[in-house]
Amino acid sequence: MNMQGRPTRPASANEGRRGAFTGNRALDMEEALIFESGRLDATGVDIEDPEPFASRLGGLERKGEIGLPGLTEPEAVRHYVRLSRNNYSIDAGLYPLGSCTMKHNPRLNEKMARLPGLADIHPLQPVSTVQGALELIETLARDLMTMTGMSAVAMSPKAGAHGELCGMMAIKAAIVARGEAATRKVVLAPDSAHGTNPATAAMMGFSVRAVPAGADGVVDAGSVCDALGPDVAAIMLTNPNTCGLFERDIVAIAEAVHDAGAYFYCDGANFNAIVGKTRPGDLGIDAMHINLHKTFSTPHGGGGPGAGPVVLSDRLAPFAPVPYVVRKGDALKLVEHAGDSAAFGRMSAFHGQMGMFVRALSFILSHGADGLRQASEDAVLAANYIRASLSDLMSAPFGDRPCMHEALFDDRWLKDTGLTTLDFAKAMIDEGYHPMTVYFPLVVHGAMLIEPTESEAKASLDLFIMTLRDLAMSALAGEKERFLGAPYDAPRRRLDETRAARQPVLRWTKPAPA
Amino acid sequence: MSDIRFTKDHEYVRVEGDVGTVGISDYAQQQLGDVVFVELPAIGAKLEKGAGAAVVESVKAASDVFSPVSGEVVAVNAEVDSEPALINQDAFGRGWLMKIKLVNSGDLDGLMTQADYDAFLKTLA
Amino acid sequence: MRYLPLDASDRALMLAKVGAPDIDALFADIPSEKRLSGLAMPNGMSEIEVERALARMASRNVAAGSLPFFVGAGAYRHHIPASVDHLIQRSEFLTSYTPYQPEIAQGTLQALFEFQTQVAALTGMEIANASMYDGSTASAEAMLMANRLTRRTKAVLSGGLHPQYADVAATLARLAGDTIVRMPLDATASEDIATQIDDDTSCVIVQSPDFFGNLRDLLPIADAAHAKGALLVAVFTEAVSLGAVRSPGEMGADIVVGEGQSIGNALNFGGPYLGLFATRLKNVRQMPGRLAGETVDAEGRRSFVLTLSTREQHIRREKATSNICTNSGLCALAFTIHLTLLGETGLRRLAKVNHASAVDLADRLAAVPGVSVLNRAFFNEFTIRTPRNAEALIEDLARRGVIGGAPVSRLAPDAGLDDLIVVASTELNTASDRVAYADAIAQCL
Repeated sequence: MNMQGRPTRPASANEGRRGAFTGNRALDMEEALIFESGRLDATGVDIEDPEPFASRLGGLERKGEIGLPGLTEPEAVRHYVRLSRNNYSIDAGLYPLGSCTMKHNPRLNEKMARLPGLADIHPLQPVSTVQGALELIETLARDLMTMTGMSAVAMSPKAGAHGELCGMMAIKAAIVARGEAATRKVVLAPDSAHGTNPATAAMMGFSVRAVPAGADGVVDAGSVCDALGPDVAAIMLTNPNTCGLFERDIVAIAEAVHDAGAYFYCDGANFNAIVGKTRPGDLGIDAMHINLHKTFSTPHGGGGPGAGPVVLSDRLAPFAPVPYVVRKGDALKLVEHAGDSAAFGRMSAFHGQMGMFVRALSFILSHGADGLRQASEDAVLAANYIRASLSDLMSAPFGDRPCMHEALFDDRWLKDTGLTTLDFAKAMIDEGYHPMTVYFPLVVHGAMLIEPTESEAKASLDLFIMTLRDLAMSALAGEKERFLGAPYDAPRRRLDETRAARQPVLRWTKPAPA
Repeated sequence: MSDIRFTKDHEYVRVEGDVGTVGISDYAQQQLGDVVFVELPAIGAKLEKGAGAAVVESVKAASDVFSPVSGEVVAVNAEVDSEPALINQDAFGRGWLMKIKLVNSGDLDGLMTQADYDAFLKTLA
Repeated sequence: MRYLPLDASDRALMLAKVGAPDIDALFADIPSEKRLSGLAMPNGMSEIEVERALARMASRNVAAGSLPFFVGAGAYRHHIPASVDHLIQRSEFLTSYTPYQPEIAQGTLQALFEFQTQVAALTGMEIANASMYDGSTASAEAMLMANRLTRRTKAVLSGGLHPQYADVAATLARLAGDTIVRMPLDATASEDIATQIDDDTSCVIVQSPDFFGNLRDLLPIADAAHAKGALLVAVFTEAVSLGAVRSPGEMGADIVVGEGQSIGNALNFGGPYLGLFATRLKNVRQMPGRLAGETVDAEGRRSFVLTLSTREQHIRREKATSNICTNSGLCALAFTIHLTLLGETGLRRLAKVNHASAVDLADRLAAVPGVSVLNRAFFNEFTIRTPRNAEALIEDLARRGVIGGAPVSRLAPDAGLDDLIVVASTELNTASDRVAYADAIAQCL
C-alpha cells in the first residue's frame, strides 16, 4: 500500500500559531542590507581585465577600498524582488493619493520608451541623426499647446517644481525686461498652495503675500484685487485648486492681475481634471507647468523621475529658455543658445526628460481628443461618486457641492472618537488600500484628500467606498483599537519618526567590532 | 517672584530683573509634537519684539519662535540644542530657549498674564 | 477606450448617485463661455497604431549602438545588465509613489538607504541624499547650498565645468540676484582658480574628470578655498571614473555632486537622469532633497523612513532649502541595482576597461597626422584638436558611419574653440570601433 498520504484539509486556523524563527511572514520576507549580505569580491557582472597598458590617470589613482559590496545576479535579483514586495503600487490596488494622480501606467508606454531609436540616442550626437527625436518633442509640444491654448512651451524642466521655477524665471525675466525688477517683488499665493509655490517664489527673491480663500474654498476676485498693487509681480494659483475645486472667479482674477501689470502663474498639478473641458490659455493664464507624471501617466517610480514642461502665453513666450526645436523646411533644428533672443537662459543640461516625453506622447496618442476628455470626465465623476457616497458619514469642509477630480474631507467627524486623520489612514492599510493624501491642504484641519482617477472600475470604487464606510462606522462606534495600533498586517507597524529625526542614521556604517 | 507673560503665538517670557527667559508654552509643545531640532539665535543678537528669534521643529512641522520682547540675546540653552526633547518634557523649565536683556520693559504690557493666557487657551479648544 | 474601465451604464448610475443631471453639471464652475466642445486633435489610437507612429519616429534616429559611437560630454554609453531593467519594471517599484506611508513602502525606502550609502562611499563623503533631477541641477543646488552655509553669494566656476552646467548655474544666479565668476573654458586644465577666491566667495565649483576629460587634483583648490572660508563643490559627470580615481571627498571637497546616468541608465537623449548629491554630516540641514533614514517600528524592527523633511518645501514652504519635490527615484534604483551587481570588484574592473579603451583610442587618434590629444591625465574621455572645424568634421565622420564625439563649439559657440572635439570611449567600444574611428578621421583630414 502507498504510505505517502498526508492531511489535505487545514486544521483549525489558530492551532499551533507561532512567530517564525526568521522574522519572515511567509511571502513577506525580512531582507538584510546589501552591506550585510554582499561581499567586496562578489560581482554579478563578468568583466575581463584589459591587456596591460600604461595608465594615464596622472597620479590620481584611487588607493584603498571604496566599500561597495557586490552580489551575483541571482542574489541581486532576489534582494530587489524581496524589497519590491514590501511596496504598495497602483498595479496592485487603488492608490487614492489626492494631488498625486496615481492612474494606471500603460505598459505600451514603457515599451515605446525602450525602442533603441528613442532610448539609445545621445543628447549631443549630430542633430542630423536625431530628426525623429526632435519630431517627437515637437509633436508633444504642439499637443500640449493645443490642449492648453497657449502659444509656446518650454520642454526642458525636469519635474513640476522645476517647471514652476522655469515659469517664475520667465516672469522674472519679463519683469527685468520691463525695468520693474526693483519694484515688483511680491508674489501672491493662497495658503492652500502646494509648498513648492512659495519655495519657488522665494528662490527668485520674491516675498510671498497670502491671498485668503473664502469659506467656500475658492479665492474670490475681490480679495485678489485687494492684494494687488504695483509691487506685485505675479499670482501663483493652482486650478483646479488643492481643495479639489475649480477657481470659478479665474477669468476675473486673470483680468485684475493683468490690469495691475502682473503675471498669472498657474500650478498645473491638477490639469488632469480639465483636459478637453477648458483651456488655461482661454482663462487668462500666462504660464503653467504640466506634470507629465500626473496628467499623462508617466510612472511615479517611487518618487520620480517626473517631467514638467511649461506652457507660456504670448506675453511670456519670448522669454522661454533654451533649448527648443524649430522647423526649417523639412529639417528640424535645435536652438541650444540664447544668442540675441530674450530667452532667460537654461534650466538643465541637454533637452529635457525625453524618456518621459515618449511615454506621455504614447499616452496622448492612445487616448486622443475623445479619450483625453473622457478621462477627465471619468476622473471627476469618480471623485464626486466617492464624495456623494461618504458625505453622510464624513465631514466635507466646503459643504455638499460638486468637486473636480478629488474629494476633500476634514476631521470634524472624528471629533468625539479620540481618533485622528492619521489613525483612520493607517487603518486603511490593513484593509489593503493605500491611504489618501492626509494633512494637505494645510488650510483644512486633518484633511483627507481622495483622488480615485479615471482608472478605477465601478466595482473597485464601490468596494473602496464600502470599506471606508465600514471603517468610518467602526470609528464612530468607538472601536479605537482597530485604528490606534494600525497598521497591524503591513510589512511594518508604525515607525518611530521622532527617533529617525532626533538621531539621524542616513547611511549604513560598519558596526564596531563586538 | 518672577513674572511670566505669554504671546498669542504661544511664546512665554519670564522676567527676572531686566532679563527675560523665553521659550514656548506647554500648549505649544503639545500642538507641535515631539520636538526634534531647535535653531537658536547667536548670543549678542539684537532682536526686535515680534522678530523671528528661533525655530523649533517637530517631525512634521517647523515653527518660528518670535521674540516676545525687544532686546539682546545674552544666553541660549545649549542643553536644549543637544536634547530637544527637553521642550516636550519641561517647556517652562529646562526647555527654555534663550535669555534676552530687555531694552523696554513696556514690551511686557501688551502680553498676556498667566490668567489671560489660560482664558485664551480655552477659546482655542 | 482600453484604459478607461467605466462604461455608459456605470456613468449613468454614478451620476444618479451624485445627483447630477449630466457630466457637465459637475463642471459648472468653469465659466460657460470658456468651456470647450472638443480638442482639435485626432481621436484615440489602438496599440498597433501607436507603435507604428512612434516606431516611425524612432527609425529616423541613428541609435548609438548601431555604429562606432564616441560621444560623452556629460552622458555616457555603458552596458546595462539585463536584470537592471527587469527589476526596475517590477510594478511595486515602477508604479508606487514617493514613500510617504513607510509601512507599505519599505522596498523603496531600503533601496534608497542603500543608494545613499553607496553614493557616500563612492564620493568619499559622509552622507548623500536620495537623488536630484540630474547633474546640472544638482550643481546649481550645490551652489545655493554653499551660499546658505557661508552666507555669501559669489560662486567661482572652473573653466573645466561642463558649459551647460555652468549655464544652468549662471541662469539661476542671475535671476536670483547672486554673483558668479565664470573662468574661461580651460581645455588643458591650466587655469589658476585659487587667485579668484576672495573673502566674498561662497564656493568654487570644479569638475573632475572635467568637461574636456582632464583629471584634476582638487586638493590644492580645496586648501585655497578653505583658507578664505569658501567651500569646494566637486562635480563629476562620469560616475564610473570613481572606480579608478581618488574620490572628491579624499581631496577635500565639501559638497560633491554629479551625474549618475552612466551607472544603470540609458542615454535617453538626455533624460531622465539622476543627480548625485553628497556632503559632510554637519551640512545636512542645508542639504536639498529627500533623505531616507533608519529607525524602528512599533515592534522594534529595523525600518526606514523619509526623515529631516522640515528642510523641504512641503513643510518649510518659502523657507525651504530648495523647491525640489520629485527626485529621480527610478533612475536611482537603476543606479543602485547596477552598482550592487558590479560591486567593488566589478566597478574597479569596469573603470579599468574604460580607461584602457580611452587610452587606446587616444593613442590611435594621436597617431593620425593633424590630430593632437590635449590631455595629460584623463579617464575615459579626452579632447582632440584637428585642423578642421569640429562640427563639420563630426558631420563628415557621421557620413562615414562614425559618431566621433561632441564638438566643443556646440556647447560653447563663443569660446573660440571651434577645432576641439571631446571624445569618449567606454567598455562598449570595441578595438575595431576604435580602428574605424582612426581610419575615418584620417580620411577626413
